[in-house]
Amino acid sequence: MAPTRIPNATELVASGFVARRKLLSRVMSVLLFLCAALSVFVTTAIVVILVSESWEFFAQVSIIDFLTGTMWTPVFANPQFGVLPLLLATLQTAALAMMIAVPMGLLMSIYLSEYANPKVREIMKPALELLEAVPTVVYGYFALLVMTPFLQKFIPGLAGINLLVPGIILGIMILPYVVSVSEDAMRAVPNGLREGAYALGMSKWQVALRVVVPGAFSGITAAFILGMSRAVGETMVLAIAAGQNPNLTFDPREGAATITAYIVQVSLGDLPHGSLAYSTIFSTGLVLFIMTLGFNLAGFYLRKRFREAY
Amino acid sequence: MAFTSSGNLSSAEMSTRDAIGAVNRAKRIDKIFAVGGILVMVIAMGLLFALIGDLVVRGLGRIDYDFLTSFPSRRAERAGILSAWVGSILVMLTTAFLAIPVGVAAGLYLEEYARKGWLSNIIEINVSNLAGVPSIIYGLLALGLFVYGLDLGKTILVAGMTLGLLILPIVIVSTREAVRAIPRVIKEGAYGLGADQWQVMWHYIIPAARPGILTGAIVGLSRAIGETAPIITIGALTFIAFLPPAPVSGDFPFINFDWLTDGFTVLPIQMFNWISRPQADFHVNAAATGVVLMALTLSLNGIAIWIRYRLRREHHN
Repeated sequence: MAPTRIPNATELVASGFVARRKLLSRVMSVLLFLCAALSVFVTTAIVVILVSESWEFFAQVSIIDFLTGTMWTPVFANPQFGVLPLLLATLQTAALAMMIAVPMGLLMSIYLSEYANPKVREIMKPALELLEAVPTVVYGYFALLVMTPFLQKFIPGLAGINLLVPGIILGIMILPYVVSVSEDAMRAVPNGLREGAYALGMSKWQVALRVVVPGAFSGITAAFILGMSRAVGETMVLAIAAGQNPNLTFDPREGAATITAYIVQVSLGDLPHGSLAYSTIFSTGLVLFIMTLGFNLAGFYLRKRFREAY
Repeated sequence: MAFTSSGNLSSAEMSTRDAIGAVNRAKRIDKIFAVGGILVMVIAMGLLFALIGDLVVRGLGRIDYDFLTSFPSRRAERAGILSAWVGSILVMLTTAFLAIPVGVAAGLYLEEYARKGWLSNIIEINVSNLAGVPSIIYGLLALGLFVYGLDLGKTILVAGMTLGLLILPIVIVSTREAVRAIPRVIKEGAYGLGADQWQVMWHYIIPAARPGILTGAIVGLSRAIGETAPIITIGALTFIAFLPPAPVSGDFPFINFDWLTDGFTVLPIQMFNWISRPQADFHVNAAATGVVLMALTLSLNGIAIWIRYRLRREHHN
């Protein structure tokens, strides 16, 4: 077997090999750029679709009435389009979720980052990740068919469809995510700060609360804001367990439709595309998108800050 | 506690005693913190495992050959999830086929090609925001753009594209992380031998990043399998008593894509449908579907965690 002769540079250029490679490299870099730009296109498309589909709606219903009205009855003979009942139910369940997720998440992430030995952490981190993978429809099943009947024994007046249980389930659902982001932030606090504090005679909890938590503050806040964003946008748990009846209430034992549950309800029904009632899913969707966009941007900048700080 | 400048013996003794007291107190609080942390974790995890256990107890007995090979039915005991799991697999195939190449390409661009500047900044903020957009908003996007705008109908293709967009940020982020972890010397060595940028990507960067990319892709797909809201929003039917045409057949050209334009249902939709019914028999079906769904997502995630674990061990060695 004769060894293949390796062509020299002049021959490579002459045969067009170099030109071909150059062209391929160029084409691929453009292609990769287009793929990256697709993500910008998706965001633009979301905004364009939500605005254009609700354009007709806002031509007939004033934005002021929409944002301040307390009645949501789009399919009645005399329809009312006040988004407040949906918004209140959305914020109420999200607030309940935060009441569960904030204290528990804070304690768990302090424990994992400052107290737990590496072996426990090695097991806990993947376990939390696995819990993040449970489909939300399964959480909906838990809320409606397991937790609600159970809690009805203890809480008088708790309706079969209510805001309280989905709120609690939502809190537990976002817990793994909140813990993983805030624990990352705490781990990012440089060890030198901890060692300095220990050298001054601080104990573990003092280091945790006076050095690590303040040091990781922006990251921890980001974790809670991003968790809030998830709670606000969560759909299935609420569509299943919080009901589909718009209800302006401050009593979490009652059921009330959230924005997401309302969109699901209309999607399952047979309202014709193009009708005013149908276009409400896009106008309420727009409200939801703007809210979560605010949370996401705040979370992004706070996270970026803790990454830059250390 | 205060040290006095006079420095007499009794106050020194006092401060020692105080100091011991303070240390003991700190130790007690430390213990409370540690126990509290474990307790919260046990409560949260325990609750979840109890709920999952309950689901398995209620649903596992219902899963048999007939349940997996029957179509949905008005009679709970005759109903099955055949159309649902076939639909889930076909939608997943479409999603993987669309999202993985595009996501990897975008991640490569952002990590290796993009110059730091306003454009790459915008794309970065954008990807991070997309990761947090509620899934139902993707459903509305698909409804407006694919179903009504492009008139593609409520098909497997549309569901695949919708979920593809949904998991794109996950694939992009994991690609970037995998690429970032590759030692610079590999790249520089290849450039030093005269490789151009695409050759370096194709022959060195992508193969080296493959396990990390794979992990992200699997996590993304497991999320897509469990997604319900966007599929409901595009108006997927819940009662499907037929199968799409098989993708592979014995006749020329052996592969067809007719199934892409077919109606469908998926496992989470089927489960949601059964949960919403008042009869308890259907709730058992829902639990059984939940068990199948959990088995799928948890095993996918288990694989992803295992790949990452092995990867980390290799890095350490």
